[in-house]
Amino acid sequence: MLSTETDILNAAEAWRRSERGVALATVVETWGSAPRPVGSHLVVDEGGNFLGSVSGGCVEGAVITEALDAIADGRPRVIEFGVADETAWRVGLSCGGRIRVFVERID
Amino acid sequence: MKLDSLHALNVERAARRAAMLVTDLDDGTQRVVREAEIPADPLADILARRLASGKSGLVEAEGRQFFLTVQVPAVRLVLIGAVHISQALCPMAAAVDLSVSVIDPRTAFATPERFPEVPLVPLWPDEALAGPVPPLDRYCAVAALTHDPKIDDPALIAALKAECFYVGALGSRKTHAARVERLSQAGLLPEQIARIEAPIGLDIGAVSPAEIAVSILAQIVSALRGGGPRAVKGGGPA
Repeated sequence: MLSTETDILNAAEAWRRSERGVALATVVETWGSAPRPVGSHLVVDEGGNFLGSVSGGCVEGAVITEALDAIADGRPRVIEFGVADETAWRVGLSCGGRIRVFVERID
Repeated sequence: MKLDSLHALNVERAARRAAMLVTDLDDGTQRVVREAEIPADPLADILARRLASGKSGLVEAEGRQFFLTVQVPAVRLVLIGAVHISQALCPMAAAVDLSVSVIDPRTAFATPERFPEVPLVPLWPDEALAGPVPPLDRYCAVAALTHDPKIDDPALIAALKAECFYVGALGSRKTHAARVERLSQAGLLPEQIARIEAPIGLDIGAVSPAEIAVSILAQIVSALRGGGPRAVKGGGPA
């Protein structure tokens, strides 16, 4: 099922209410060709389950790792992804865009 | 984010009310601002402009960087009358992301063949709006296009009472004068009746049904994005 932003934010609330650790990632800035618009959400629980997207799948892995860290330490953070040479094929965006993502724990 | 804030956003969205989440990216502090609370907010002007644009994004204010998550209900267009203009208008409205439904109790007009892939409700407006079509609200545009007061008037009354951001009615000035008379007798206030766009559509000299559809859609976009004096959301596009 394709999840809408509505589903994602409702899931974030439901997951947190079931006592799971939950973090929300939000695309706050994009440059150039970026697959998901500003405001797109990805919600992650402590088990690494996730819903939504912040890119076309390119950086979700890294965002989930940051989200798990945020769930552990409670510290909100802003992370940036681009096509820096050495990361282009690991956690960069092969489309050539850059994005900034805000990751926060739901308390 | 506090669970309370997330809950507030979800409640507002479910109720089809606009809301924003203001996040200070430097320290992570946040607040939810409901539409009605915007005028009293320290960032009132910025929030009003952002709300009109309907887009989330970064803003600089007070020497700090804020991210505004803008949550605006999906805008709906309800057409009264499964007429020729509506046939042209439906695909155009879909192209600008309006969610369209068509109401017409005349089953000769309201046929799926004439309106493929459009929610079509072959009922009187009062019946349609009491069930199959979700209730009207401020994020709805209503265009009455049947030329038949029995069908158009109840829909116009419902649209004005629900404070739809756009209410338009097809018909000449003479037709509209008679309509104003009827709506006054039905108990609507002059300022409510004055909100009806009639004759409907921007004056672009439209002749064909498709051209009239363009003029109606342009008028709706103008009302939505704050170009017209009757814009509901305040401010122009960001």
